[in-house]
Amino acid sequence: MRLAFGRFILARAGLLVLTLWLVSAIVFAGGQVLPGDVGRTLLGPLADAQAVAAINHQYGTDRPLVVQYWDWLSHAVTGDLGTSVVLRAPVAPFVAAALKNSAALAAMALMLVVPIGIGTGVWAGLRAGSTTDRVIILTSVSAAIVPDFVTALVLMMVLGLWLDWFPITGAAPEGSGLLVSVYYLILPALPLVLIYNGYIARMARAGMVEALNADYTRTAVLKGLPMHKVLLGHVLRNALMPTIAVIATQIGYLLGGLVVIESLFHIQGLGNLVLSAAKARDFPMLEAGVMTMAAVYAISAAAGDLLQALLDPRLRRSGAL
Amino acid sequence: MSIVPAQAATGETPTRLVRTAAERWSWRATPSLIVGGVILAFWVICALVGPWVVPIDPYVDDMLNSLIPPDATHWFGTDQLGRDVFARVIVGARDILTIAPLATLLGVGVGAALGLVLGYVGGILDAIVGRLLDALMSLPLIVLALMTLVAVGSSNLAVIVVIGLVYAPLVARTVRTAVRAQRERDYVAAARLGGAGALSIMLLEILPNVRQPILIESIVRLGYAFFTVATLSFLGLGIQPPSADWGLAIADGYGFLTGGFWWVVTFNAGAIISLVIATNLVADGLGTFEA
Repeated sequence: MRLAFGRFILARAGLLVLTLWLVSAIVFAGGQVLPGDVGRTLLGPLADAQAVAAINHQYGTDRPLVVQYWDWLSHAVTGDLGTSVVLRAPVAPFVAAALKNSAALAAMALMLVVPIGIGTGVWAGLRAGSTTDRVIILTSVSAAIVPDFVTALVLMMVLGLWLDWFPITGAAPEGSGLLVSVYYLILPALPLVLIYNGYIARMARAGMVEALNADYTRTAVLKGLPMHKVLLGHVLRNALMPTIAVIATQIGYLLGGLVVIESLFHIQGLGNLVLSAAKARDFPMLEAGVMTMAAVYAISAAAGDLLQALLDPRLRRSGAL
Repeated sequence: MSIVPAQAATGETPTRLVRTAAERWSWRATPSLIVGGVILAFWVICALVGPWVVPIDPYVDDMLNSLIPPDATHWFGTDQLGRDVFARVIVGARDILTIAPLATLLGVGVGAALGLVLGYVGGILDAIVGRLLDALMSLPLIVLALMTLVAVGSSNLAVIVVIGLVYAPLVARTVRTAVRAQRERDYVAAARLGGAGALSIMLLEILPNVRQPILIESIVRLGYAFFTVATLSFLGLGIQPPSADWGLAIADGYGFLTGGFWWVVTFNAGAIISLVIATNLVADGLGTFEA
């Protein structure tokens, strides 16, 4: 049993490394088709060809692709993510700072969405099949499909400008305390909450419906347990375990939302970093940013799988993961 | 899912001859289907005839009348260049309603083909391509689209191709699962014994039996294609000016929000919201969300 679980962890870790390696190859290959080479980006369109070639030689971008890729990969695993072509400084500190800002935003969104999503799903699940249930689920799924920049702007107009409850930037002034920073992050987190909520609520609802219809629930009811004990001890425990694991697995989806939200609310996070690096054709910065996103995504997916295996022994025994 | 064909549930060989029209259209006209359908139809009509019915030319600048609030002449006010917002919202339906469905069609086409082959052939090909698709899907869609569009430059065609290709792995995964469930069925074995080639088994035998998941996936994807097109345009990487596109209009207009000029963003945001929610209502009406 213990051995099997160890093997499961090893296999999942191997898969994680394989995925990250494939992503790095895809990202690197993708970066090569960016128009304009490094020398051209730095010196501008009027510079003469010799100077451009000299810069390309200095940055090593005139070497064969495979050599460049190996060079980048072998440095990346030691934490050296390369040098920004635009800022002419190592990209690692920028990426680290951006990751911290994004993590704060994502944490804020998660803290809000987990109780809201689970609450909504459980509430709908208890009324499965009723009109209330349909309205709840349809509303949360509909809210999730409205583009995040639209929800963000609507919330900004109503809660920020009209009611004046929240500031409309996400970055608190320099030197403000933790509470103030948290307060500044609420409005930017809300659009992410809406997107994620539809997903979590549907998962929690499905879990509730399944657990409510299960034999163990019928047994518990028939042996005369009070309803609140049945719900807390039998239904919720079983209904929410898959949802909790799925929340961990899907943290990566939050990253997609960061691009728009961070640029709207002026937060210097990963999404903003990737967007501005892409627009400036700063390839080392773009690559580091995208790889960081992929790493966060892949690690959270692996963590979710592990959590699920810990919670549900059937999965690790069957080798389904 | 309530709309999986009855044959799939019982495992019988489908007999196309006796399937009635009612079975083929097994969904009912639910309220959400009607409401969603009406709103979608409205925007489709706007996209088709918008430029000929709007009272004011949506592309003509009038700097003397820029950012006028809604009044009797300009129902939705004017934007920062003095263009009529009402006319632009109506005409703005055209690009997104062309690009998103075409992108969906491409994504579903490529994805379904890939899923059919992976699911039917299986083995080492499935393992290798499956891993590659997983790796691709561990990047946020918007980031993949962003990288590609920066690389190839933005045009309507580029947006269609990029969104289509980004969606293909997702569709492929769904179709692959559905195909694997069909592969071991008796009717496939019978066709193989009858001497049918792999291609004809995939296209003539399996494809008709997985068309329900493909249809559902298409509608869900269409909703997300609207989402993605609008977002890319907002970021300046999608539909390009001088199009009256909604995402583009919001990108141009949101800087004026703090000055109290709310109408450009509000009416264009309303258009996007109504379009995606209508799509969602139609998807719900077709039974997509009945888990």
